[in-house]
Amino acid sequence: MSNKKNWPLWEIFVRSKNGLEHRHFGSLHAADADMALENARDVYTRRNEGVSIWVVESKHITASNPENNGELFEPAQDKVYRHPTFYDLPDEVKHM
Amino acid sequence: MSEEQIKNLEKQFEERIARDEKIEPKDWMPEKYRKTHIRQMSQHAHSEIVGMLPEGNWITRAPSLRRKVALLAKVQDEAGHGLYLYSATETLGVSRDELYEQLHSGKAKYSSIFNYPTITWADMGAIGWLVDGAAIINQVPLCNTSYGPYARAMIRVCKEESFHQRQGYEIMMKLAKGTPEQKEMAQDALNRWWWPSLMMLGPTDDVSVHTEQSMKWKLKRKSNDDLRQQFIDQTVPQADLIGLTIPDPDLKWNEERQSYDFGEIDWDEFWQVVKGHGPCNKERMKARVGAWERGEWVRDAAMAHAEKKQKRQEKQAV
Amino acid sequence: MKNENLYNYILGIADNSLILGQRMGELCGHGPTLETDIACTNISLDLFGQVRSYYQYAAKIAGDDRTEDDIAMLRKEREYKNVLLVEQPNTDFAYTIGRQFLFDVYHLAFLAELQKSNDLTLSAIANKCIKEVSYHERFSSDWVKRLGDGTEESNQKMQAAINDLWTYTDELFHQTEADKAMVAEGVGVDVTQLKEKYYKQVNELLKEANLEIPESKWFQKGGKEGIHTEHLGYLLSDLQYMQRTYPNMEW
Repeated sequence: MSNKKNWPLWEIFVRSKNGLEHRHFGSLHAADADMALENARDVYTRRNEGVSIWVVESKHITASNPENNGELFEPAQDKVYRHPTFYDLPDEVKHM
Repeated sequence: MSEEQIKNLEKQFEERIARDEKIEPKDWMPEKYRKTHIRQMSQHAHSEIVGMLPEGNWITRAPSLRRKVALLAKVQDEAGHGLYLYSATETLGVSRDELYEQLHSGKAKYSSIFNYPTITWADMGAIGWLVDGAAIINQVPLCNTSYGPYARAMIRVCKEESFHQRQGYEIMMKLAKGTPEQKEMAQDALNRWWWPSLMMLGPTDDVSVHTEQSMKWKLKRKSNDDLRQQFIDQTVPQADLIGLTIPDPDLKWNEERQSYDFGEIDWDEFWQVVKGHGPCNKERMKARVGAWERGEWVRDAAMAHAEKKQKRQEKQAV
Repeated sequence: MKNENLYNYILGIADNSLILGQRMGELCGHGPTLETDIACTNISLDLFGQVRSYYQYAAKIAGDDRTEDDIAMLRKEREYKNVLLVEQPNTDFAYTIGRQFLFDVYHLAFLAELQKSNDLTLSAIANKCIKEVSYHERFSSDWVKRLGDGTEESNQKMQAAINDLWTYTDELFHQTEADKAMVAEGVGVDVTQLKEKYYKQVNELLKEANLEIPESKWFQKGGKEGIHTEHLGYLLSDLQYMQRTYPNMEW
């Protein structure tokens, strides 16, 4: 393999219509951000899938490590008082 | 990590898959899982990209504007699908350029069907109807495979491919209903593409090497022979409907099995093509390598421009 | 034909998109990257979409039993009215981009005027096409900049393409008899009025892309009158192959 610089990888986020959040659609290669936007338009919105696109170079994403999932996410599991079903109310109470 | 620790991790890993949990890129995975997935996913991506060539061959000669735009859109989708699949493969820590190298050096395989020539317009119909038909049978179960990025790519692929087979069948239908010359063209294409399409679903179960492990990892949900039977059972009535004849004298309905019995497949031909000696293996590779090499200065230029632009912007900011 | 001038005028517009779409379509599966391949096919698809609208309208005006495909595929070489620029081959990616760019700048300006046509069908088609063509122009301009500014090799290749294609630019602003008649009726666009702005815009972009503006004052013309370069015949043999080999059939 040559030591040539290849087009970097970009992550593509598309808002499918106003009112919805941008969602991760996939990735692609592009030389720069402008090209990434154009490529994303041609690759991921050919069937009218979007009204707005975000592109982020993949190397700029910091991801949590699944090995830490225990300490990161499990402590939230037993905090049931954050959910409405934790609170007992008589059936007669309406609109709550 | 000790051997026992690894064994333990592997056991947990297999249990997660058995529970239908998805595996995501950063999760721990056995090396064999990673390697098998890189192989199968890149092979799938290569098939999409090489698969553009036999159909691309007819874009400039499509018989009507309506057919031309449909064919262009279809071949373009194949580029898109290759792209989705390469991207999904890249999540396993291999770059697209490395995958291309494997394809171009002949190390990686792609579906052998694309090594057959497209010599008449009816071949566009036969490919859409039969080849995409067989591909769909293979692909739909993969929407639920264990590796998250692969499953997500396949969902997108399957959604987009729904028009491909219809496009092909419509071409065949029109030809079959056309002049005697057109009908003959359609029958000729069916004759040439039928057996390669059956082979496309892979070697018979008794010689297929990867099946058991692949079943466990949900890379495969049904055996090659089952898929082939399903393909035949659904395709024969479609041929009947438009008055074309499946080129297999041994084909007949088996009341007891509620399925079609069919004739012997010429596996020697299959292995000949897989090993690189099909009618168009060399042309296909030459086209792919040629496009890549001719594009090198373009890719370099885009990178050089991006870097210069960034430097200029940084300078301005100072 | 009652509306012969209008018919010929529509063909003059449509043939440009047909031939350029065909050229772009040739690249499908052979682009420098997958992403670029997909983008070029999108341009081709846009152009063929436009072509169908124009020919369907032309077929209606012809008023005989000709279809869009008859008009697109069953004329003789001398009856195609596209400019010479769009039939030039895909010698390399710089030619593809250069051809696209030199046409897009014109095409966009042309459609902006055609939107004002008092022929409601034409102005509606222009209205739809202009969004597509705005994107084409952005795409090809960006690529001219990339290739012009990129490496020494890409700069040379882009310059060579611009130099070779330059000779076909002036024809964009020639008027045929049908053009003149249509302008007089408020249907057509007076292309002579677009010329100054065109060269200004093209020259600015070439400068930005580190490219020299060709100095040649010698230009080729003839496409609009059906006198083409040698390239068109081969393109037509592909385009017309099925219709010629199997006449009067439906596909």
